[in-house]
Amino acid sequence: MSKRGIVLYLHIHQPYRVRKYSVFDTADKHDYFNDPEYQTSRNNEQVFKKVADKSYRPMTALLEKMLATHSDFKVSLSITGTFIEQAQAWAPDIIDTIKRLVETGRVEIVAETYYHSLAFFYSRDEFEHQVNIHKDKIRELFGAETTVFRNTELSYNDDLAKWADEAGFKGILAEGWDPILEWRSPNFVYKPKDTQNIALLMKNYKLSDDVAFRFSNQNWSEWPLNADKYSQWTDAALWDQSIINLFMDFETFGEHQWEDTGIFNFFEAFIGKWLENPGNTFYTASGAIDEFKPAGEISMPHTVTWADTERDLTAWLGNSMQQEALRYLYAMEKDILQTNDMELINDWRKLQTSDHVYFMCTKWFSDGDVHAYFSPYESPYDAFLYYMNVIRDLRWRLHHYHNTGALNG
Amino acid sequence: MLGWELPPHNSGGLGVACYHMSKALAIAGAEIDFVIPYSAEHPGVDFMRIHSATALTPLERYGLGAYDSSKVISKTMTKADMNDLKDMRGVQKRYVKFVENLVAENDFDVIHAHDWLTMEAGMRAKELTDAPLIVHVHATEFDRCGSEAGNPLVHEIEYQGLMMADRIFAVSGITKGIIMQKYGIPEDKIEVVHNAIDVTSFDDSYVYDYSTYKYLDALKEEGYTVVMTLTRFTVQKGLTNFVRAAAKACEKYDKMVFLLVGDGEQRDELIQLASNLGISDKIFFTGFVRGKQWRDAYSVGDVFVMSSVSEPFGLTALEAAHHGNALIISKQSGVGEVLHSIFRYDFWDENVLADQLIGIATSPALKECLQNDVKHEYNRLSWNDVAGKMMNSYQSMKQGVGA
Repeated sequence: MSKRGIVLYLHIHQPYRVRKYSVFDTADKHDYFNDPEYQTSRNNEQVFKKVADKSYRPMTALLEKMLATHSDFKVSLSITGTFIEQAQAWAPDIIDTIKRLVETGRVEIVAETYYHSLAFFYSRDEFEHQVNIHKDKIRELFGAETTVFRNTELSYNDDLAKWADEAGFKGILAEGWDPILEWRSPNFVYKPKDTQNIALLMKNYKLSDDVAFRFSNQNWSEWPLNADKYSQWTDAALWDQSIINLFMDFETFGEHQWEDTGIFNFFEAFIGKWLENPGNTFYTASGAIDEFKPAGEISMPHTVTWADTERDLTAWLGNSMQQEALRYLYAMEKDILQTNDMELINDWRKLQTSDHVYFMCTKWFSDGDVHAYFSPYESPYDAFLYYMNVIRDLRWRLHHYHNTGALNG
Repeated sequence: MLGWELPPHNSGGLGVACYHMSKALAIAGAEIDFVIPYSAEHPGVDFMRIHSATALTPLERYGLGAYDSSKVISKTMTKADMNDLKDMRGVQKRYVKFVENLVAENDFDVIHAHDWLTMEAGMRAKELTDAPLIVHVHATEFDRCGSEAGNPLVHEIEYQGLMMADRIFAVSGITKGIIMQKYGIPEDKIEVVHNAIDVTSFDDSYVYDYSTYKYLDALKEEGYTVVMTLTRFTVQKGLTNFVRAAAKACEKYDKMVFLLVGDGEQRDELIQLASNLGISDKIFFTGFVRGKQWRDAYSVGDVFVMSSVSEPFGLTALEAAHHGNALIISKQSGVGEVLHSIFRYDFWDENVLADQLIGIATSPALKECLQNDVKHEYNRLSWNDVAGKMMNSYQSMKQGVGA
């Protein structure tokens, strides 16, 4: 009989934040991602180096230690292309560490869009291209073949599952959202509706968020959370079911939850505690899919994400500024790609990263929950203005250097 | 003369107007003692005596927020603390005391006070000297708040000042109308004295070099028309109507873009509105600019719109005309009274504004006529003429007062 297992999946991403790019820079300077002020949260190098010290280095080291200590420990990672490029520029040792992790054979890399984009909802061609260049990059860098797919912000719907099935993926990840699951449990492998060969893993958001969001919250009735308590919960939640899908941001460890909260010690202690029971183990995403048959079929006609209480895309596409920004960006697709100007194309793609429109989100203002909003800009409106000026500069470059496209006012 | 600011320490048009008016009055033979509430150098001012009522720096005075009366103005003069110079009312009380001493030691023929800021000092000076008081209204509290509401204390000071004045100068017919209708002042006490523009005050070595707004200049080469405005982004300026009219105009003719120069509490609302209307890429925001970026904004513009709900005068329109813009001015803006080669519309009438925008953008001949013709008009507006008018008024009052 199969062992009960945890599927731990961590998502690693950094965007290229746009600098304070004014109307006076437009048509003059094209260095959108290079804020001249070092000490700002818009300066990508500064942010990357800070998070590298707080999270990427200590957590990859801890994962390496866990892999060496526990032969049953396994983990899945998704690593965006924009992260990889920044790591190569500013902290190449992190790439080396991840290479060593992958070489253990117990670390799986999950596929996604290279630019952490919402391209699936705008351009199927561009989306497929980004999935492919990500696959290539992972193969080239880590010698690993990706077989399980996750889309940006864990956004998922039936069409995406059908696409991934046809593209040859054996698995896909999604949120285990109650209105979709109804009476069912997220702790099984499922099959997406109308697919042939692909399996669906659904995040156990309760147990994932206990760590990712609530761990250091002193107002939480369960604070402080320790390994004993958490392994009781996982044990009780799993009972006679197959897997617990713990999906979260890699930056949970050290950046969202700082080291002084005890997050690293908690993680190490929990791994040991969980594996004390010989009936327990860890699976990679594809390992779980190999081990268990689908328990049923799941349909999500509407897009579900792992964000906010709404579990939808409103944090990225909820207001008209966000919709306009991406409408303008994707309207340029054909002209941009025709130029074969790789600098221009790469800039255009970096602007597709979902973080840009997230910084324009205003929905928390009406919720009064502005603390939920992390942004390197003074306001969503400033984020929008800088982004719009960049859009105009792309148009100018198309027009000026390639005699294509229209400037448009 | 009782003022609140002079260039280069001005935060608005009041200081500019006071400077040019005083200079022209001096040329016409007036001897002027000008009181300001702060201490600073005023290079080039040798045509009058400047008196500083306090030792505040200009920066500290900005902090008082003369143009935002809703802020803190709640104390009557008796309750104000003269030693609290962080409080607007404290500074005003100190100003009054200073003027009391000044008039005790000197003789003045006329007291000329500008806006509610110095009206109390003007009234006190009149009381002590019996000299005639002129209250010069550049803006009323109704203009500043853009509605019927407003600071009741400021309204009261304005009412008292207007009642006590022997003569009132209003910067436009619109302002004169407000003084009559809202404060019940008889028409024959009010004289309209429009502002002028001193084009010699612009640095003549200025040449527009197409380097500041490159994207806009590239659009112009493509045949686009640049419509601009330069203002504080507040309700009073009618910018939401302007943006909606822009969207309507773009539906019919889209080779137009809009440059919004300035900043203010309404900025975020305007950004949101533009994206709701689907014209975000047509609207350019510069933020607050000065110097070359400020002048180049006028230069890159083809058409200047003043969309104000209530604008006593509106000097920016003349600056825009000087830099070659065609003008569209709301009927609620005073500057429209002195110009004829312009389009006018009611600030709320988005259809009319959209029509006028399309008309100018699609007809090079119309645009050129408007741009050229208005230049002849603002050139005729001279501060010397304004000063002549004011001197006549002074003279008549001196005789009237007799003793």
